[in-house]
Amino acid sequence: MTGDALPTGARTHELLAIRARPTPASALSAVTTLAWRALLKIKHVPFQLFDVTVTPIMFTLLFTYIFGGALAGTPREYVQYLLPGVLVQTIVFITVYTGVGLNTDIHKGLYDRFRSLPMWQPAPLFGALAGDVFRYSFASGLIILMGLILGFRPGGGAVGVLLALLLVLTFAFALSWLWIIVGMLVRTPESVMTTSFIFLMPLTFASDIFVDLSTMPGWLQAVVGRNPVTYLASASRGLMHGRAAGADVAWVLAASAVILLVASPIAMRMYRRER
Amino acid sequence: MSHAIETSGLVKRFRATRALDGVDLRIRQGSVYGLLGPNGAGKTTTIRILATLLRPDAGTATVLGHDVVRDARVVRQKVSLTGQYASVDEDLTGHENLVLVGRLLGLPWRSARQRAAEALEAFGLVEAAGRQVQTYSGGMRRRIDIAASLVSVPEILFLDEPTTGLDPRGRTQVWELVRRIAAEGTTVLLTTQYLDEADRLAERLAVVDHGRVIAEGTSRELKASVGANALHVRLANADQRALAQEIVERVLGDGVLPVTEPMEVAARLKTSAQAAAVLTALTASGVDVAQFAVGNPSLDEVFLALTGKPAEGATDEARS
Repeated sequence: MTGDALPTGARTHELLAIRARPTPASALSAVTTLAWRALLKIKHVPFQLFDVTVTPIMFTLLFTYIFGGALAGTPREYVQYLLPGVLVQTIVFITVYTGVGLNTDIHKGLYDRFRSLPMWQPAPLFGALAGDVFRYSFASGLIILMGLILGFRPGGGAVGVLLALLLVLTFAFALSWLWIIVGMLVRTPESVMTTSFIFLMPLTFASDIFVDLSTMPGWLQAVVGRNPVTYLASASRGLMHGRAAGADVAWVLAASAVILLVASPIAMRMYRRER
Repeated sequence: MSHAIETSGLVKRFRATRALDGVDLRIRQGSVYGLLGPNGAGKTTTIRILATLLRPDAGTATVLGHDVVRDARVVRQKVSLTGQYASVDEDLTGHENLVLVGRLLGLPWRSARQRAAEALEAFGLVEAAGRQVQTYSGGMRRRIDIAASLVSVPEILFLDEPTTGLDPRGRTQVWELVRRIAAEGTTVLLTTQYLDEADRLAERLAVVDHGRVIAEGTSRELKASVGANALHVRLANADQRALAQEIVERVLGDGVLPVTEPMEVAARLKTSAQAAAVLTALTASGVDVAQFAVGNPSLDEVFLALTGKPAEGATDEARS
């Protein structure tokens, strides 16, 4: 087979000679390089984006046209309510991939190489999170576009939509730290998925993403009303439609801060710990 | 004399298992050193401690004079590790993987790309450079993995079972690479389960079993301790084993090696004439010999000779 033989000759000599190693990469440059790696993976395995594209489109279409009439009179009416929520659901779901990716790297031995390099040790975690921005933006853009086609008209305009996106991303980054912990705890990427969805399914469905809180029985309202995803969905609807959403936004920011402050030190500790 | 790697009394426990039970090593700079032993002996654990991935529970280890725990970062600046499992990203191309490592080591983009291209050339992977690593053959994968360790050539290279799972051609190529790398001055510490591999590559080796170094020396010295030539007699009839063993003992005086096979007798030979004498005696006594061979002692025999028991595949190497 061509290309499968070792070259001979003097060239290999100098190529294998020991040379002074460069000054190790700064934390920032290590993180950017690892984010670049995350983008390369998407480029080479575009199928990864399947969940990020097809699922939300399917959800939006199904819910808008099947339930829209019953829930809000017309599908067009319903999409005004539904779309910010579907965006929230989609982004919250794909935060799991942070944990899945980490788990895969650990079990493939790639993390051994990273950890044996003279760089800022948590760089791979932050690199992965930075790479996720692309995933999140891609999915968000697609859902908004989809919504606009279906008749979604955000009263808050572009600014409202962007603010809502920022809020969703903030929550997503905080939540990712939970899946990083799961990614280090369980054995296979598949179990990262299953473990995470045990939490994510109730978290997203027992929320007001699909129907208004006031239509639920009192006891359920009490539960759903305390779900951080409900706050996030309400805040996003508020921001996108240009309504006052201060309280919901504050709640989401507080929830994000709590998750981040609890989960990230644990995750970092576990990460630094040997395997 | 300064040593590239020095460990003293390394101990590492994984829950109830003592993976390392007091490992002492002294490895000369610029040499190829082999850690030889069965699965679970503690080879991988030793390498992972030296590459700063694990902390020892007791004992010390220095790499080029730097403590692997206290000065971990300095050590990382001087070593490269190619683990037992492919430590490259299989979704990325060979070239991208090497650029990634170059960047993480601190090379600017342009130099990282240039170094990646050079390393691909040195490893005969130019044509595969633009393909995803998952399309590579086993041998090519190993090579890109080793290449990733040499994007910036380190003073010390750790190779954990570099040829496990490779076909003969792949093995020969990795051997050749290790020789070339060492010839340029990099100290190579490799682990292997194969005596012939250690024999071909390593100047000195340590035989590891149950977390201890049970023998250390050049491969010539180690083999001499077992007998350069080993005799293997395979019997047609298991009932005759006691008889055969008795005859071998009578002819050779001593040197009978313990074996696990019920149909076999093995012994260490001093001269080849002894082999002929044994065969004559066996035939004269009516022992039915199915196979009669003289050869190098196998790792199993080195183990049997050193430990008095077969090299068992103990617990899985520490990755929990």
